[in-house]
Amino acid sequence: MTPIVTFFEKLFSGRVWGILLDAFPRLLGYGIRVTVPLTVISFALAMVIAVIVALIQFAQVRGLRQLCRFYIWLIRGTPLLVQLYLIFYGLPSIGVTLNAFPAAVLVFGFNEGAYMAESIRGALESVTKGQIEAGYCVGMSYLQIMWHIVLPQALRTAFPALSNSLISMLKGTSLAASITVMEMFRQAQVINGRVYEALGLYTEVALIYLLFCSVLTVVQRKMEKKLSSYGGNRA
Amino acid sequence: MMLQVRNVHKRFEDREVLRGIDLSVEKGDVVAILGPSGSGKTTFLRCLNFLERADAGEMTFDGKTLDLHAAGKRDIADLRKKTAFVFQNYNLFLNKTVLQNVTLGLTCARHIPQDKAREAAVRALERVGMADRLNSYPGQLSGGQQQRVAIARGLASDPEIIFFDEPTSALDPELIGEVLAVMRQLAQEGMTMLVVTHEMEFARNVSHRVMFMEGGNVIEAGETKAFFDNPKEERTRAFLKTILENR
Repeated sequence: MTPIVTFFEKLFSGRVWGILLDAFPRLLGYGIRVTVPLTVISFALAMVIAVIVALIQFAQVRGLRQLCRFYIWLIRGTPLLVQLYLIFYGLPSIGVTLNAFPAAVLVFGFNEGAYMAESIRGALESVTKGQIEAGYCVGMSYLQIMWHIVLPQALRTAFPALSNSLISMLKGTSLAASITVMEMFRQAQVINGRVYEALGLYTEVALIYLLFCSVLTVVQRKMEKKLSSYGGNRA
Repeated sequence: MMLQVRNVHKRFEDREVLRGIDLSVEKGDVVAILGPSGSGKTTFLRCLNFLERADAGEMTFDGKTLDLHAAGKRDIADLRKKTAFVFQNYNLFLNKTVLQNVTLGLTCARHIPQDKAREAAVRALERVGMADRLNSYPGQLSGGQQQRVAIARGLASDPEIIFFDEPTSALDPELIGEVLAVMRQLAQEGMTMLVVTHEMEFARNVSHRVMFMEGGNVIEAGETKAFFDNPKEERTRAFLKTILENR
């Protein structure tokens, strides 16, 4: 019990409380101005990559399909932190120098894209063959069927998994602190460097991440309700 | 002759499911394809719309002859735009409303403007009695309603022939009637129809001609009345006997 009691005693001592109150608007500001855009842009990139990679595999495009498998194997088999270091600290030695923010977007986008591609591929394969046959029978082309029928149904099926990816990415952006992106967690580190209040500040920043993720969870639940209005993938 | 099919062969691995099927259909004909499960009747129907690739066979449709094994994409697309296919399990697009299900083939494949497509769709849905459910999703409809929408989806493009693949087999008994009623009405209006079915009453009362298949062969084909009243082949008699006994 003692550590827990000490935790609250420390947290609510007048000095710490003042530090945390001061830090709050700054942390939240960096969260909204940096963490959120970093997440949104990276997720958009991941989504584009994932859809393309999943469709190539689903349609069994020769050659490209192997390339997609290789990409997924490579990304899933190496740590995200190592990927960040490689791109930001490693590439300059072969003449490719990226700013921290775009480097983070690239790494987060390509990293989560690999996982999301697998979610979408699974969902594509769960769309029944009859949907595609019916599309052919009303005269549609393969691409039209993919665009109007199969992909929308697959994205609906993959929605919970994709929401997971988004939430995981939002928290994952804290790793960008390690490549000098001044985002919310990095800001907490900076403030801590001045006031030495690691326990309080990191608890505070954790709670702000929790708040962001809670918002996403609520949005996810709302959207799932809306999407299920057509009754999901029955039959 | 609107549709003539010659010598269709198909094998799945080492099982020969079609062993040389011939069929001709006149404009306005309603032809019922009967036969026990596994006789190849569904596979035959699917070959005609290239949902399955036959190993050999030829088809003349609307004055154009196609190789059922080797036909190219363009020819197949043209054929599909002039035909309609109704599936056993409806296969309505689950992410589209009733109205969108019917218009999609028109706007997308035939480039008909949205408002014209909507008019045609509503007209088709009126014919099957589903015009009051334009904005429902398939998941909100009963099986019988879904199948009627599926028929409307086929009708909307004004096809020259409609293929029905056991259209009532997936339905609860009390829902079969509404679908058969729609099909009967289409037959009376002169629609050319090729119907794989287990519904003997429908075959007997609505179809003009019957083709009976077993083991990948056509056992007997002819006028409906003669087929039911006076079957020539022993196998046909045995089939009709089991069907009638099992009712």
